[in-house]
Amino acid sequence: MSKDILSAKADFPLLKQTINDHPLVYLDNAATTQKPQVVIDSLVDYYSRLNANIHRGNHSLAVQATEAYEGARRKVAGYINAEYNHEVIFTRGTTESINLVAFTYGEKFVQPGDEIIVSQLEHHSNYVPWKLMCQRRGATFRVLPFDEHGELDLALFERMLNEKTRLVAINHVSNSLGTVNPVAEIIRLAHAREIPVLVDAAQSVQHVAHDVQSMDADFYVFSGHKMYGPMGIGIFYGKEKWLEVLPPFLSGGEMIDTVTPEKVTFNVLPFKFEAGTPNVAQAIGLGVAVDYLQQFDSLELQKYEEDLLAYGLSLLAEIPDLVIYGDPKHRSGILPFNVNGIQHYDMGVLLDTMGIAVRTGQHCTQPIMDALRVSGTVRASLALYNDRSDMDRLAYGIKRAIKMLKR
Amino acid sequence: MSGIHDIQKNLSDDFSLLANWEEKYEYLIEMGMEMPAMKPESKVDENLVRGCQSSVWFDVNCQDGMIVFEADSDSLVVKGMVAMLHKLLNNQPAKDVLDAELSVFEELGLWRHISSQRSNGLTAMVAHLKAEAADCLAK
Repeated sequence: MSKDILSAKADFPLLKQTINDHPLVYLDNAATTQKPQVVIDSLVDYYSRLNANIHRGNHSLAVQATEAYEGARRKVAGYINAEYNHEVIFTRGTTESINLVAFTYGEKFVQPGDEIIVSQLEHHSNYVPWKLMCQRRGATFRVLPFDEHGELDLALFERMLNEKTRLVAINHVSNSLGTVNPVAEIIRLAHAREIPVLVDAAQSVQHVAHDVQSMDADFYVFSGHKMYGPMGIGIFYGKEKWLEVLPPFLSGGEMIDTVTPEKVTFNVLPFKFEAGTPNVAQAIGLGVAVDYLQQFDSLELQKYEEDLLAYGLSLLAEIPDLVIYGDPKHRSGILPFNVNGIQHYDMGVLLDTMGIAVRTGQHCTQPIMDALRVSGTVRASLALYNDRSDMDRLAYGIKRAIKMLKR
Repeated sequence: MSGIHDIQKNLSDDFSLLANWEEKYEYLIEMGMEMPAMKPESKVDENLVRGCQSSVWFDVNCQDGMIVFEADSDSLVVKGMVAMLHKLLNNQPAKDVLDAELSVFEELGLWRHISSQRSNGLTAMVAHLKAEAADCLAK
């Protein structure tokens, strides 16, 4: 029997507070989600009962801490259906994971004249590392544009692929528009030319399908803090065949096998990519977040969030002068909008006075804002603990703010 | 013309009559709308402080030992903050601007919204006005 989704709100202590004398409506989940009590407790429990450095000591605490850390790895591997646990590498987050691939893959496989493809829908963290890598390697940085619906054109993508393409980096869900990109199809087209694909799953792993084997992703990266886990922990998943051939990213302790003045040999997977003492407590906390998420039926959860988004969008569509950006066939978790004649920043500040937390600005996606010809947008973003009353409060708040600003 | 201290006291009294944040911001926005419009010739790029989320135009002058300035913003909230500064510091002796201790923003809790706005931050605007006041005094 899976957990009732409507019971989730009560599990998140932060949501119980009032902000500016109003009960909080937290709609900045694409930036970071709140944490259920079990995740918060796991951090305190780790430092109260378990703290030791892992993989090194053989005293009881070190063994238990190591087991808990490796247990978290197994949970994450299970959640994304990795073939092997050692394909799951702990990092600080999505940004570090992408930089890891950009540096190691770039060093090993990218030569002058080669091409890398990203989309125009990327967050700066899946854009800038590739742009800089192309500059370092003398490669060409190519950007697949999105259309008037906020969707990518697969036919155009297929035409961009050629014998010089070395890698495709694409998000599963856009953090600015919420577009769900057809990653399985993109991967199939790229694999037909033996080109590997990195999927930025920061906005998707907690909302939509997250089976790395079924989508056949070569690299799949995400952050713990956007999926109800702690900050400072993230995942780099890579297929074993790639992890074996990529050189290490950071070097130091843990990642080595033998060290002499003449020669250094590297540890086995996954330790080859985990130099230094990792964020053990946060990794364990992420494992607890995965357990928490898995109490829900994943299809039911997806349906719930889709319905809630549709409900919110329908309320917004009724507000005069409100513009919703993009209308992709499949959208997840994001309500991006502006009201004609009103600065997004003003809307954000006034919603905040009513206890409604949204994000305003460029959302680390300047190429998208340029394409939309706006200086920024207001973005409300959903999590499993949001409900229809939150959407009602948002719509009411927007109307109230419009009254305050348009006189 | 009353002194900065008295204006600050009046502003503080006005705001204390308002029941909640929404009313405070409503009042602030109104103040912005009532601020004298910036002359088009002053609203030029060299007077523009481009922020991450909003832009502010700021033209400060020293006239006979007094600080005289005009300002505008594409954000009505920021413009309201700027209007408060304008009420407080415009047409005041440079010495008073330099010595002014502006506690009203902190007192009203408005500070936290604006000061994080990087270069648009109130802190930066006040610092800019004080620097101009120091120059004005040195003349």
